[in-house]
Amino acid sequence: MDEIRIIEVKESIYADNDKKAQELREDLKKQGSFLLNVMSSPGSGKTTVLKSLIPQLQDKYKIAVMEADIDSDVDARTIAEATGVRTIQLHTGGMCHLDAGMTKQGLDEVGTEPYDLYILENVGNLVCPAEFDTGASKNLVILSVPEGDDKPLKYPLMFEKADVVLVNKIDVLPYFDFKLEKFTQYLQQRNPQIQIFPVSALTGEGMDKAAAWLDQAIETWRK
Amino acid sequence: MHELGLVMHFIDMVEATAKANDVQKVVGVTLEVGEVSTIIPEYFRDCYKWAIKKTQYMQDCELDMVIIEGKSYCQDCKETFRTSTYGKTCPHCGSLNTYLVTGNQLTVKDIKVI
Repeated sequence: MDEIRIIEVKESIYADNDKKAQELREDLKKQGSFLLNVMSSPGSGKTTVLKSLIPQLQDKYKIAVMEADIDSDVDARTIAEATGVRTIQLHTGGMCHLDAGMTKQGLDEVGTEPYDLYILENVGNLVCPAEFDTGASKNLVILSVPEGDDKPLKYPLMFEKADVVLVNKIDVLPYFDFKLEKFTQYLQQRNPQIQIFPVSALTGEGMDKAAAWLDQAIETWRK
Repeated sequence: MHELGLVMHFIDMVEATAKANDVQKVVGVTLEVGEVSTIIPEYFRDCYKWAIKKTQYMQDCELDMVIIEGKSYCQDCKETFRTSTYGKTCPHCGSLNTYLVTGNQLTVKDIKVI
């Protein structure tokens, strides 16, 4: 009978992904590319935000979009038709999030020629995407008014990982019991450095400020 | 679904370790699971049982999950408290100025190999 021996591992399950993500981030920085990871629950307006954001930046930057969904290419087609930028659809094969490896595959599929700005629309989900570093330069989280102002309390990790939060659908604020001050307070408890932009991607309200933030973030990244 | 993604990363890691150490097979693995790591151990085990069937080294690998208690520290009154009972709020002074010390880990402690 062969003898059983023990190998000490003492490593986090996330370690391998974290390492890959860090390598990807460094590679992108070297080639002067910025990767924006967009996360939110389903239906909060990720695609509509992108449709509003991209035209404000596409004269200045060469942009590509990667849409991640469990199935279908409806979002990719919507973005491509609305903005004309290079758009690809990633299927996660049933997984609820993207990791650094899948993001790398997506970047390879976009092409070898570097883009200034890659936008990754992650799977609609406030839990799992927060746990897997994609290698993004910045994380943008969208929360829409109908979802409620208590979400930073319920999904703390997502809001801790965020660099910026867009509060979307503010055009319907009068019809919902959503208090922007309360939301801001909950958010800052968890993440004091976070930036918040109230917007309506549909009407365009506040989207210029969000675009200015992204423009600034890209310039800083490329310095 | 969430557990499945983690199981895949977990298995990749154990398989890679097995390969690097040139073992015949892995018969056991100890995973430290923090109480506030957001995984549900039973779901994780179900995904695990399904996923090891496709592995090279882990076909008969027994999974041992050790639960690590979540502990938080209060920066105002310098007390430590159990995170799963009190969350972010310090039970000693009511402060929210607290942080998690331990309990969100998902760490492969060791593997038993032949």
